[in-house]
Order: sequence, then structure tokens, then C-alpha cells
Amino acid sequence: MTKRIVVDPITRIEGHLRIEVVVDENNVITDAFSSSTLWRGLEKVVQNRDPRDAGFLMQRICGVCTFSHYKAGISAVENALNITPPKNAELIRSLMNISLVLHDHPVHFYTLHGLDWCDIVSALKADPHKASNIAFKYSNFPMNTGADELKAVQAKVTDFVKKGALGPFANAYWGHKTYRFSPEQNLIVLSHYLKLLEVQRVAAQMMAIFGSKQPHPQNLTVGGITSVMDVLDPSRLGEWLSKYQYVKDFVDRAYYPDILMAAEVYKNEPSVIKGSGVPNFLCYEEIPIGNGEYLYSSGIVRDYDITKLYDINEDLITEEATHSWYKDNEPLHPYDGKTEPEYTGFKDGNSIGPDLKDVKTKLLDVDGKYSWIKSPRYDGAPMEVGPLAAIVVGLAAKNPRITTIAEQFLKDSKLPLKAVFSTLGRTAARALECKLSADYGIEVFNSLIENLKTDKATCAKYEIDKNKEYKGRYIGNVPRGTLSHWVRIKNGVIENYQAVVPSTWNAGPRDANGQKGPYEASLIGIKIANLAQPLEIIRTIHSFDPCIACSVHLIDTKGNKMGEYKVNPATLRV
Amino acid sequence: MFNEDNQSYSNTLKRLDELEKMPVQVNKEGDIREILENNGISRRDFMKWAAAMTATLALPSSFIPLTARAAELAGRIPIVWLHMAECTGCSESLLRSSTPSIDSIIFDYISLEYHETVMAASGWQAEENLHSAIKDYKGKYILMVEGGIPSGESEFYLTIGAEGTTGAKSAREAAEGAMAIFAIGTCSSFGGVQAADPNPTNAMPLSKITNKPVINVPGCPPSEKNIVGSLLHFILFKTLPALDAYNRPTWAYGLRIHDLCERRGHFDAGEFVQHFGDEGAQNGYCLYKVGCKGPYTFNNCSRLGFNDHTSWPVKAGHGCIGCSEPNFWDTMRPFEEPLANRLYSTKFDGLGADKTADTIGVVLLSATAIGIAAHAAISSMIKNKE
Repeated sequence: MTKRIVVDPITRIEGHLRIEVVVDENNVITDAFSSSTLWRGLEKVVQNRDPRDAGFLMQRICGVCTFSHYKAGISAVENALNITPPKNAELIRSLMNISLVLHDHPVHFYTLHGLDWCDIVSALKADPHKASNIAFKYSNFPMNTGADELKAVQAKVTDFVKKGALGPFANAYWGHKTYRFSPEQNLIVLSHYLKLLEVQRVAAQMMAIFGSKQPHPQNLTVGGITSVMDVLDPSRLGEWLSKYQYVKDFVDRAYYPDILMAAEVYKNEPSVIKGSGVPNFLCYEEIPIGNGEYLYSSGIVRDYDITKLYDINEDLITEEATHSWYKDNEPLHPYDGKTEPEYTGFKDGNSIGPDLKDVKTKLLDVDGKYSWIKSPRYDGAPMEVGPLAAIVVGLAAKNPRITTIAEQFLKDSKLPLKAVFSTLGRTAARALECKLSADYGIEVFNSLIENLKTDKATCAKYEIDKNKEYKGRYIGNVPRGTLSHWVRIKNGVIENYQAVVPSTWNAGPRDANGQKGPYEASLIGIKIANLAQPLEIIRTIHSFDPCIACSVHLIDTKGNKMGEYKVNPATLRV
Repeated sequence: MFNEDNQSYSNTLKRLDELEKMPVQVNKEGDIREILENNGISRRDFMKWAAAMTATLALPSSFIPLTARAAELAGRIPIVWLHMAECTGCSESLLRSSTPSIDSIIFDYISLEYHETVMAASGWQAEENLHSAIKDYKGKYILMVEGGIPSGESEFYLTIGAEGTTGAKSAREAAEGAMAIFAIGTCSSFGGVQAADPNPTNAMPLSKITNKPVINVPGCPPSEKNIVGSLLHFILFKTLPALDAYNRPTWAYGLRIHDLCERRGHFDAGEFVQHFGDEGAQNGYCLYKVGCKGPYTFNNCSRLGFNDHTSWPVKAGHGCIGCSEPNFWDTMRPFEEPLANRLYSTKFDGLGADKTADTIGVVLLSATAIGIAAHAAISSMIKNKE
């Protein structure tokens, strides 16, 4: 007798995501479905606009990956116009990318994912002195884990709990049997959870120094950057450097040690060390450091085999919509993609309710269409993208910086390489990717200083010829994985635009051949301890760092009319 | 002595009356008395405690009932924050707040009952939090909404929860019992990017989804100061702020970006960046000619900046794109051309006046635009003469 569990909303993510799973009589997941339940239609909005505006508009795909789509939109147009921005602009963009990684990954681990690993209620029972000693096991200089600091954290949260209203911490899965940290370890993570709220503000300021604000920076322009005064101001450079060191300190003394602690404790929890699902990984080179090298390497790893690295052929990227709420199903290259919505809604059914009884509910129509996300494929195969892919591809490519960091982690954590292909590995890989920016970001900064001695250029000149047609793309790697934007320009305005984003690769529904994407595949085989508290599902999905507004398919490259969904204004409440 | 006591008694009584009217949450499980009773502490025991406290505070025994009442009133304001069609940038902006910091906001000022980016609960437990907050704190919670709302026959473009509830329905229900409603960001204030031409999902501002009054806090995103400031105004002054024609708080949106711009001196002197990367850009000249919409945009960016005063777009050498104005994606584009000098004609042509000429704001903007153009031309001429 199978049962169905619906988790909607998946919280602590960007966007609107629903997960449905089928469990057998032993509560083991036998099937899983991932669905985005929001469509915004930005693909129609960007058409017929000034190509210089594409970056600003595309940036609004996501306020979390706030720099990623901005840079992608600007770079795709630069690629179409065949412009190379000056070196200063390239390096400032790299520094902003590093700022984003240093911001995004710790925020993901603590604010969004941490409560899947750390039981706050248990932390209140901890002995702060014992906890303080434990922290030294994972770091020579642990941060915010002195007994006095831990006592203060405990008092603050205890006081909060005593007030009766738990606010954002109410009704969670506290006490769940797959929480594995001891009360003392929980207290350490809780202390870092609170510290991170402060650190993330500083990390955001790193981007704002050159980018004006975060989220949604505003200093890129087609051809380069505009914040030339900040770049030429040594005090601003110093501001970036000191904030970089401050955040790096948190990564080294809190984030990385906590991941080591999680690796030690959770390696015995079956739901987090089960295989990753999709065995193929794709990563594209990114973060140029100024000497022709990149922090991330390009390539594809298949079947978990890091002894072989395959080159990426951009022509083999396709997306299909067999199970997505769009009309045209066949796999198409992003330059030829179609995006005509065809919403078919939910069907009536039953799922496990709050009290473990079967209740009537809405269910995804999984034989038909069930998500606003499409299914990207490379040469017909699903690919996992993101930090795990970046580390795995980096190892396969013998990227020296990634190899150093990854080997150190395997040594520190005593995990075998194969254990990395899991929920735990994915979460750890994000910390390693963050460490890549923390350890080597300084190289970019130094390149900039060196270059500024002889070169003040920040913007390349260009013209958009209204009588010419252009097409171009950006491909690179952002905090959630490989991102590409594809643009065509005609009559001086955008004719069509397409984005294939990391969460689309990971969160898409199955394809015409029944191949599951990484979210769905990663859930199969997990045993759920308590069907009314599916913490194992949340933890697995969060390990991908879902960014769902990004992944909802973006552009109708053929300019198709969406006539049947035209709304009759007379029926609206205005 | 007696008189003094009488005076302080009536003062305290007055303050408690005020407090009672204040939008404070009592407690989720009911008031504090019920909680105590559920924990085996009777009303009699509670009053004994109040008497002891009163004595500890060296107050006359007549204050005992007042002490009890004050304890019952302690609490934080419940907040319900909903995500509609959005990018989560406004929530991210909220997280950047430094004075007060986000942890202090959550721990000391408010009770964040529902916020999908931060809350620990998921799935039906999350939905339960929303439903019980709306029920338990009826008339006492503040609703903050992020994102445009697909509406009318297009509501299905956003559903949330196991029952597939549309965003519009959820927003309407939450608005019903709210004490105050804030539309956080340009999307919920004015529809935002998804509502830009041709608005494929028929996305609407919150004010068109509910009949209740909505305070707009626009910006893409609004600065952390404007989000938290809106909340603090309510907490500190116990009233709603004064609003402009677009329902924006005037403390934040009362002046144009241009009015307090750090590059204003260069505007007045006729010194303009002609193209990004030129010598004028290195010298901090005015960005009007590369498309700055500061003269048409009402916000406090030029005064307060973003990310704890770190910077703002004009400081970073890029013109304002007008993100806190209604329909700015259509009326302010292209963003790197002055309005008076459009290279690419838009659907609306000109200043968009043919679309929205009936709103006073746009008429004013058009007048400003002409003024600006003239001002710039004159300043430029003066400079050339020199």
C-alpha cells in the first residue's frame, strides 16, 4: 500500500516549490515529483526592449542570485555585440562574484539549511562549557563558542522561547530522530546561526562597495562597469579588503568547522549519505582571476567517474516540456526554445495529512504536466549542477586550487570520496566552494591593484547598429551552478532571450524518456522516519539550495502569442 | 504624598490604557493568565505574584491590579509576511538591516509568524502557522506582502500549499484581519517587473487585490531602512505614517533622489558624464545624460543609501533607474538614455503620458522633465561660455 506525501510550501528557499513523494509500506520513497508553482512571464516582458536594459530586467529573476543574472544579461549582450570589457571591469565583476559566493553560501547553510541539521530546542539543554571544549575539536580558533558567548546565546533563545510565541521557529520538526548533533553541537551551530545574521550584512556590503547595493547591484553596463570612482579610491579598496578578511574569518573559523562536525556526526545517518541520484555533473569555468585562469573549471563528469573529464559542447544543451506547463514538448536548443504556457492544474486525490491520516487534497497530475520548470538535458542526459558539480569537475580537471581544498577536506573529515556524492557531500561542497573564494579571492584583488597602476579604463565603447542582427550568450558558473543566457537582437531591440539556470537543471520534472532530474532522483530510496514530519525530504531538497523563481522558464524565442490566456479586463477587480 | 501617589496611579493607568490599545500580541496560546492556568498557576497565585512584584517595586498596594495588567500586555507585534510573484530581493533587503539588526527585530520587536524565507516549518506545518496567526491575532497583526499578484482569470500562475490555493486568495484572506498592511517593494506596490508590458500573468499590486488600505513601500528592492523604518514608525509612534499620492510614506518618499543627490552640484554647474567610463565619470559628474531618473524618482536613496550607508546607484556611477515609481519598467526605459532623448521608441512613446496622463504624478514628472532638460541645456551653455 503506497502513500503520498505533499510538502508545499517548501520554505527557506527562494520561490515557490512543491515536492510530492510516494512511499511504500516501509516508508521508503519510491517515487518523487518536483514542481514550481509560480510563473512570472518575464520572457515576454524583455522582448522589444533596449538590449542595454536586459541585464537590469534579467537581474530581477532573482534577488538571491542577485548578481548572477545581472552579469549574465550584460555579458550575453556584450557577447552578441562582440565587445570585450576592460580588464578592470572584468576584475571588479570577479570581486563582486566572490562577494556573492561569500555571502550566499553561508546564508544558505545557516539561515536556509542549518535548521535541517541543528535542533534549536536541543541546544537549550546543552552545557556551554562542554560545548566550548567540543568546538576546539574542529578548529584551532573557533568563533563565538566561548562558554560565556554560548551561555549568552542560550539565555537569549531561552528567554525568547519562554515568551511563548516561537515566531519563525514555531511548528518545525524539533526532536526529529534524524537530528544527529548532541545538545552541545547544536548550541555551537545555533551560536553561528546568530553570528551569521551579522556576518551576512558585512558580506552584502562587500558587493555594495563596487555595486551600489545588494540585493540588485547597479554598476554594470554593457561594455564594463560604472563605479570607476570607487575602483580608483584606495579607501574603498581597503573597505573591500577588510570586509573580505572579516567574512573569510567566519568561513574558516565557523562555517568550515561546522561542516566538518556535520560530516563526522551525520555520516551515520542513512538519509543524508544515500547516493546523489543523478550521476552526471556539469560545471562551466567562472571567476576569471586576471591571468587567463579561472577559479572554477569547465567540463562534464559522467557516472561518478572523476578519472575522465568531457568537454562541454554548447550545441548539445536542450530543454523539453513534456511534463511542464507549456505547449511544445520536444527538446529544443535554447536559441530555438518555445514557451507557450498551458496550465493544466492539479487533480483531486489523497495524501498523508497532519495527523498521519489520509486526507483529500490536490495532487500533481504526474502523468501529464506538473511544473512551470522545464527539463534541461545535455546530450539527452540529466545533469546535476551546483557546488558538488564544481568540486567534482574541478577534481577531474585537476584544478590545483579546488584539488587542494577538496583533498584537505577529505583528510580532515576522514570521508571517502564516494561519500561526497550525497546530500551531505552537496552541503559540504558548498562550503568548499565558499572556501575557494575565501582562500583565493585575494588573487583577484591583487590582480586589480596591479592593473590599476597602469590602467584606469572601466568601459569599452560600442555601437548597436539597428540594421544588423546579433546573437550571443553567456555561459558560466554561479553559486547554484551552471548558468547560461542566450540573446538575439534585431532592429536594435531584443528579439528573443533565453535563460537556462542552475535550479532548472536540478529541479526540473522528468523528461519524455522518464529520466528524473536531480531533485527527484535524489529523493528515491530515502526512508522517512515520520510521515507527518518529512525532515529528510526538506534536508535533501535544501542541499541543492533551491532558487525557484530563477528556474521558471524564461523566454519565448519565437515571439508566440499567448492568446488563449488573454485576460478579459472586465472580469478583473480593479 | 497621597496626591502624588494618586497622580502616578492615574499616569500609570493612562499608559496601560495606551498600551492596551497598542497593537501588541498577547500570546499565541491565549493571554498570559490562560497560560499560567494551563501550567497549574491559578488567578489567585498570579495576583499573589503581582502583589509581590508591586511590593518589590515599592509601589502602594493599589497598584497590584496594574502590575498584573502590565505583565499581561507584554509581547511583540505579530507579523505575517507573504511571498507572491517575486524574486525574494525584498526579504533579502530586510535581512541586511543593521539598526536594528534582523536578529533583534525577530527577537525583540516582532513575532515573525509567517515568512517563507526564514521560518523553520515547512509544508502543512507552515500553512498551519499562517492560518493560526490570521485567526489568533485577528485585527492585531501586521501584514507585509512581497511580490506582484497574478489576478483575475490568471490567478493560477501562482499557487501555494497542498490545496493549491492561489496567491491572490491567500493575500486577500491575510489582508482581511490585518491591523495594518504594507506592500513591500515595487512588485506588491505597483505590480513590478512581471506587470511590465505586456504583463503576461496579469500581475497586480496588492492594493488592487484587497479593498483594505495598503501602505506602499516601493523600491526594487526598497532599502533595508525603508522596510524596517516603516515597521518602526508603527512600533514607536503607534500610528500610520503620512502618505503621498501613491500611498508611500512621506518620511521616506517625500523628496526626489535629485533633491539631495551628491552629484547635484555638477548638475547645477552643467557638468555631465557623456558616456560611462569617460573623464566626467572619473570626476563624479552628473549622470543625467546617461539616463539618470533621479529627477523623476521619489525616494531617500541619496540621503540614506543602501547596506548600512555603504553606497547607492548614483554613488556607484550609474544613474537611478526610477525603481520606486509606478510602472518604471515601462515609463523610465531605456535606463541609460535621458527620458527626453529616447533612441528607441516605446509602445507608449514620449513620456508615457498618453498612458497615464490622468495621474497627477506623471503630469508633474513631465513638467519636471521639461524643466530638467531646460536647466541642463542652460547650465551646459553657461559652462561653454566660460
